[in-house]
Amino acid sequence: MATTETNTPKLDADKNRQPAYAVRRNSRWSGYLHLLWARIIELKREPEVVFWIFVFPILLAAGLGIAFRDKPADVTWVAIIDSAGAQKTLAMLQSVPGNSSNKGSTIRATVLDRAAALKGFHFGKYDLAIDSNADGSYTFYYDPARPESVLSRAEIDAALQSAAGRKDALTTSSQSSSEPGSRYIDFLIPGLLGMNLMNSGMWGVGFALVEMRQRKLLKRFVATPMRKSDFLLALMSSRLVLMVLEVALLLGFGVLVFHMRVQGWRSMFSVLVIASLGAVTFGGVGLLTACRAQKIESVSGLINLVMMPMWIFCGVFFSYQKFPAMAQPFIKALPLAALNDALRSTIIEGAPLSSQTGRLLVLAVWGGVSFILALRWFRWN
Amino acid sequence: MPSVSSPREITVACTDLRKTYDGKVEAVRGISLQIEAGQCFGLLGPNGAGKTTTIEILEGLLAPTSGEVRIFGHTWSDNPRQLREWIGISLQETRLSEKLNVRETIELFASFYGEPRNADEVLEELELTEKSDAWVGKLSGGQKQRLAVATALVGNPRILFLDEPTTGLDPQSRRQLWDIIRVFQKKGGTVLLTTHYMDEAERLCDRLAIVDHGQIIAEGTPSDLIERLGGHHVVEFQVSDQVSNNANGDKDNLDHWRSLPSVESVRREDSTVCLSVREPHLTIPALLNAVTHDGRQLEHLSTRQASLEDVFVQLTGRHLRED
Repeated sequence: MATTETNTPKLDADKNRQPAYAVRRNSRWSGYLHLLWARIIELKREPEVVFWIFVFPILLAAGLGIAFRDKPADVTWVAIIDSAGAQKTLAMLQSVPGNSSNKGSTIRATVLDRAAALKGFHFGKYDLAIDSNADGSYTFYYDPARPESVLSRAEIDAALQSAAGRKDALTTSSQSSSEPGSRYIDFLIPGLLGMNLMNSGMWGVGFALVEMRQRKLLKRFVATPMRKSDFLLALMSSRLVLMVLEVALLLGFGVLVFHMRVQGWRSMFSVLVIASLGAVTFGGVGLLTACRAQKIESVSGLINLVMMPMWIFCGVFFSYQKFPAMAQPFIKALPLAALNDALRSTIIEGAPLSSQTGRLLVLAVWGGVSFILALRWFRWN
Repeated sequence: MPSVSSPREITVACTDLRKTYDGKVEAVRGISLQIEAGQCFGLLGPNGAGKTTTIEILEGLLAPTSGEVRIFGHTWSDNPRQLREWIGISLQETRLSEKLNVRETIELFASFYGEPRNADEVLEELELTEKSDAWVGKLSGGQKQRLAVATALVGNPRILFLDEPTTGLDPQSRRQLWDIIRVFQKKGGTVLLTTHYMDEAERLCDRLAIVDHGQIIAEGTPSDLIERLGGHHVVEFQVSDQVSNNANGDKDNLDHWRSLPSVESVRREDSTVCLSVREPHLTIPALLNAVTHDGRQLEHLSTRQASLEDVFVQLTGRHLRED
């Protein structure tokens, strides 16, 4: 629909017709601006949208952030099984001189009867259970599948050995460095941001379009001189406006509540660039999902079908490194994985935008191909 | 009204429109019509007659399987954007965004046109000013339909296409819409509407095409069509059945009534006989005589003005609304 008014031939219907009413003249972008504005106020007036796009991710971040914050990995919880030597063991562990070698580490030891100690160990309350035998030797109960259990076995062993007078053969010193992003919440927030951009893109574009098609509103729009390209552009732009709010809200929440560190203003800019591309990419995927569906029910199913695997595989809540190596290239080719990786590198490590070219390319290809296919197959009525 | 220019300008014309869905269902089977500027043209027909398909082809929303459409002499492939500027459309069913208010909706539609009308003026004209801040979702059926027409009028169109504009509305809302359409027409606008209400067609339309099974079965002014039926009056009566068992069958009975003076045509609906009559004052005394002569009793007798419904029944043997 790229007709230009200037080329319009003067058509004969214009002759002998007096305008019946006073008219105003609209600019080229009047339709686009009104469509964008209408889209934004409609969203604002939809309480569900406000909840799912803004409140839900914050609740998720708050809940998960708190759940994984109260048990820092560097505290070692030890149960000492009550026996003749138990108090002596406790004293030995407490006498460890301030854990000078590794400052952050602390040992929290408690004396319990055998049943309670083993039960606490099995349920994960204690990382290790120690039994001091009558002959002065020790038995450690540990779980090789739990990393913190393995760590604490080594740590307690060293503590007991040195308390018993073992001399270190070498002098070592450590420099502790707490990199930003070491905590779960630092991992989580960029993932939630990516997931949220996917959710709101898919629903905000896909669902909205099918709803309009079902209401025959799309058909009504194309019955006017509205440019179809303006309509799609407005839909995409509304995603960008929303994206800025989503990013600001989630990152702001992370910074204020969980003291997350964002690496400088330059990195904020990179985040916005990546998030924009992500928003547009998932807008495009949403458009493709919705390009022919006639009913809300059918598009809801499709949207979930597209999103479900990405929730699981794309490193939202946990790293996708846990999946077999064979699957890694496929996962990395998924748009949400690329988006999450790019966001994490930028937010946590402050990686420059130039280092993210590959991931941005993955996003652009998904977005571009979806967009082109969607336009080819799109059904207006 | 520019009625002085003797051969009136043709605004909408189509020739031999055909539309076949999925290569099977023939919704439109050769419709041709011409609509003059300033006219209100009605497509009257029962549900499923092909009215909506026809109007959507004329509106450029559906491509015909064959046939040609011209609006102000231009086809839809010529210059679709310019044609869209000239026409205003109300679809049979559009549910506008419920979370926008009335004014926002009108302004949105106004923004699509090069030279739209002032939104306040349109609100005023459609008696929606009071509701301008109300969300569309909160409007009554009549208000929603007026808003749908407002979105068509705000573009300052020359032709208004209305697909079943008053279906499902209460009588007051229907009359309100009729007034709106008349005002548009008075300003020189052309209207094409579809309806299955004969009273609407009769009161509103200058010219009508009666559509059935995808074809125009009659066309003319409402009074023309009724005239063609052969009588402006209908006499309906029932007689007792005493002699219906004799050798004379049903057909002979109808012939019997047709021979009464001034009767133009006869048809039977269940046990009621309907006579299309030119001059009831000649027919009725003769009818009474005939009944008495047969030794039967008149059980019911009424006379009324002939309507388009009678025309339709005459032409198809069916009623417009069989539900």
